[in-house]
Amino acid sequence: MLRLENISYHVPSEGGKREAILDDVSLTIPDGKYIVITGPNGGGKTTLAKVIMGLVESDAGKIYLDETDITGYTVTERANAGISYGFQQPPRFKGLTVKDLLNIAAGRKLKTAEACDYLTKVGLCAADYLTREVDTSLSGGEVKRIEIATILAKNAPVMIFDEPEAGIDLWSFNRLTGTFREIHESSGVTLIIISHQERIISQADEVLLIADGKLAGRGTPDEILPTIDGFSRRSCQKIEAQM
Amino acid sequence: MGNSDIRKDLLAKIADLHEMPQGAYNIRENSKASGRKNTKNIIITNKTDKPGIDIVILPGTKKQSLHIPVLITETGIKEMVYNDFFIGDDCDVMIVAGCGIHNEGDEGSAHDGVHAFAIGKNSKVKYIEKHYGEGKGTGERVMNPTMTARLGEGSVLELESVQIGGIDSTVRKTTIIAEAGAEVNLQERLMTDGVQSVTSDTEVVLDGPGAKARINSRSVAKGDSTQVFYPRMVGNADCFGHVQCDSIIMDNAKVRSIPEIAANSVDARLVHEAAIGKIAGDQINKLMTLGLTAEEAEEKILSGLLK
Repeated sequence: MLRLENISYHVPSEGGKREAILDDVSLTIPDGKYIVITGPNGGGKTTLAKVIMGLVESDAGKIYLDETDITGYTVTERANAGISYGFQQPPRFKGLTVKDLLNIAAGRKLKTAEACDYLTKVGLCAADYLTREVDTSLSGGEVKRIEIATILAKNAPVMIFDEPEAGIDLWSFNRLTGTFREIHESSGVTLIIISHQERIISQADEVLLIADGKLAGRGTPDEILPTIDGFSRRSCQKIEAQM
Repeated sequence: MGNSDIRKDLLAKIADLHEMPQGAYNIRENSKASGRKNTKNIIITNKTDKPGIDIVILPGTKKQSLHIPVLITETGIKEMVYNDFFIGDDCDVMIVAGCGIHNEGDEGSAHDGVHAFAIGKNSKVKYIEKHYGEGKGTGERVMNPTMTARLGEGSVLELESVQIGGIDSTVRKTTIIAEAGAEVNLQERLMTDGVQSVTSDTEVVLDGPGAKARINSRSVAKGDSTQVFYPRMVGNADCFGHVQCDSIIMDNAKVRSIPEIAANSVDARLVHEAAIGKIAGDQINKLMTLGLTAEEAEEKILSGLLK
């Protein structure tokens, strides 16, 4: 179980003020759930995911994983405690091959068939990719799918994916949503997916709506999906008012 | 470590040798020959006018290897050695060179190797050269390799040049001329630390139609070290050449990368790319999310670039 208590994160803004990116967010995510975090852009979703992974240090609040307080854990310690995070915009590595990254993720030297299996699950034709470097010769969509494959290879109890659909073509997207469903149905993994995609949202056990740095709503997809338009409208009005 | 252990260790580092090599070899140790084996097709003889050896590889020699490591384990040795390679037509050979300096003393040690290759037609040559230095002495460890090569029509030269530690000063000069249909793949890997300095000056001339070449230079500069790269690709015919230089810069190091492409024919297609940058924070973060520490992540990124 992952539990966040009163998480806040601020950044300096104009006039010496502090702007809240996350404002007193508390939530509990039971084991094995398929959770989608959605909400308007700039609402705090990615920051929340990065706070859980330790990539952003919150300025208030506590994080517990299976009742262990991991608030003071480094990124590495959180990774080894069972949290993984697929970046929205993954970095590239000149010199490291796809197989290298998958081996690092798995913590061991994978057999070729195992590595291929992870790539197939994200819609990549494995044989073409294993020996390729994760550099600028790969497209954004390819790097993104390799990123997701590393999370599958790490096989942590908590998997966080940050907008996995971004930059991915329709055919791969279908494969990907199927992979998320398979993980959810066949393992006890807790899936936390930041997404704007209705297909991904509709598969979730529960949807969390994050807006203006707050947990603005939570419920089943049927409960939350109809409210999203209203939030988007209010978010646009707020941005226009600030301009 | 005893002398034979040092020797064994250096041989493993520069030539991946853990025992006496198969095929032909010539081991030079502290400016003296310490082992040689010729084969029916690979004949090594001493030069008579200056230090060094002539190596003749007869036409049609296939799937054979030649090891010519140089070891310097005594302090204060400074040598200039000339090795000439005459490789016939239709060969397929691997040559492993390399120099290891172990200097425990206060006097400088230096090995300046001048290697000249004349490669016949339709031959395939893989040439691996590793340079490595170690030892606690204050004596400087210096290597200044010079290489010239002429590839006959349809020949292929794969050149791996690796210097990944312990050499205080290097000026490397490489000149390769590729005739019609010949192909050059040059991989350079360099790491410097402390106050070490490297200047690498490479020129590949694509002199005949169908010639092609790739220069791929990768380096890591740490500490207060300096690196300067001058890779040049000259196209004199209907040819293709690609120059790529990538450097990771750390600490207070300085790196200059000055790739040049020069076309002397309207049909020459030449490309260069060069990049220098530090390790990105996102790269370290990503590997940490996979369970590595920041130090382990850095090591993976550096060893990946240099592999």
